[in-house]
Amino acid sequence: MATHTIKLTVNGEAREAQVESRLLLVHFLREGLRLTGTHIGCDTTHCGACTVLLDGVPVKSCTLLAVQADGCKLETVEGLEQGGKLHPIQEGFWEQHGLQCGYCTPGMMMTSVALLARNPSPSEAEIREAISGNLCRCTGYVNIVKAIQYAAVKLREEKSHAAS
Amino acid sequence: MIPAAFDYHAPATLPEALALLTRYGDSAKVMSGGQSLLPLLKLRLGQAEHVVDIGRIPGLEYIREEGGVLRIGGRTREAALEESELIRTRYPILHDTAKVIADPLVRNRATVGGNLAHGDPANDHPATMLALGAQVVATGPKGERVIPIDKFFLGLFTTALAPDEILTEIRIPAPPPRSGGAYVKLERKVGDYATAAAAAQVTLGAGGTLERVGLALTNVGPTPLDAAAAAQPLVGKKVDAAALAEAARRAAQAATPNPDRRGSTEYKREMARVLANRALHKAIERAGGH
Repeated sequence: MATHTIKLTVNGEAREAQVESRLLLVHFLREGLRLTGTHIGCDTTHCGACTVLLDGVPVKSCTLLAVQADGCKLETVEGLEQGGKLHPIQEGFWEQHGLQCGYCTPGMMMTSVALLARNPSPSEAEIREAISGNLCRCTGYVNIVKAIQYAAVKLREEKSHAAS
Repeated sequence: MIPAAFDYHAPATLPEALALLTRYGDSAKVMSGGQSLLPLLKLRLGQAEHVVDIGRIPGLEYIREEGGVLRIGGRTREAALEESELIRTRYPILHDTAKVIADPLVRNRATVGGNLAHGDPANDHPATMLALGAQVVATGPKGERVIPIDKFFLGLFTTALAPDEILTEIRIPAPPPRSGGAYVKLERKVGDYATAAAAAQVTLGAGGTLERVGLALTNVGPTPLDAAAAAQPLVGKKVDAAALAEAARRAAQAATPNPDRRGSTEYKREMARVLANRALHKAIERAGGH
């Protein structure tokens, strides 16, 4: 069966790989690039544990072929922390106890990063709508919403500091 | 889950895509957003030797109203429909529909054309397009043909599209003044298929009469259910709650839902009746009739 050469950027790093047509993006990330922060939850397009950003847009990487990401910019949970400093969304999940088992957390955070880039001051309803494709089965959504609100404040503060 | 092996093609132009479909015929499947096709291939409920991804063909994503027609490019993402100001203000039924398809992450990839071409009676756009009286444009090797939506859904996962055709555009007649529409869906949770859902699109005439009524149901039979016949007695008459309830009852009577974990046949039919009635009321309210 045919293979394809794909070139893409993953967390700012240029990558090139030979992939089989049917290889799913999540398998390419986890097994090909050993970026295992992106989780496989339901494997049926329901749970959102595998959410990554494709050119800034949150998508379920279990429902995308690796070859479809050719030429694209991918961001995964591994790209959030920079130089030993947690991203505000990671800090939010830490501070607000936004996780227990942590399985849904990478997907929750990637969806949140995209939300906050588009809407820096989301209402609680907007947050809940944005994460409605990401399922949590243990923590519950109360603290997850608080974590995202924490990150929203922090990101706005960082932005206003940078501007002043 | 891993799909069975296939060859992947990413044509850069529509003619290239059509040439691939002509060459591979029945063994090829068109992939638009892939949000229905890939799960099907992963579960191995479906197989394709060749996947023709139309994702890199320019000019297939647009929403524009011109010459009294709303044109939606076949590969327009549900998220784009959801965010469009034109859709929100002029076509609330389409906004309602886009908002309840799967979940926001899926809607970032899923496309309007794909939702129709998949031919799944559980999908949400088919009923809405029936209520709106839409047309779809199928582009094949010999050019374009226009298919009225009520001739499009032939059976379970079967549409009027030939294996060498691609759904490139959806055309919807622009609603005259005093029109309104609504899509009302009952789902167990976000991302679920409808237990039942109803689409209604109305235009009011002078003196509060109903000039046009489109009504259709989701997931209550092998194809989306066009309830035009049930709604027909409303046309030319004044808006009347008893007549609306009767139309909803007749629409639901024609439904043949299968029992499953979402409910029994009787329950689903009853929900279809309630939802059809609500959709009609909401459509009339949006048309300025209540």
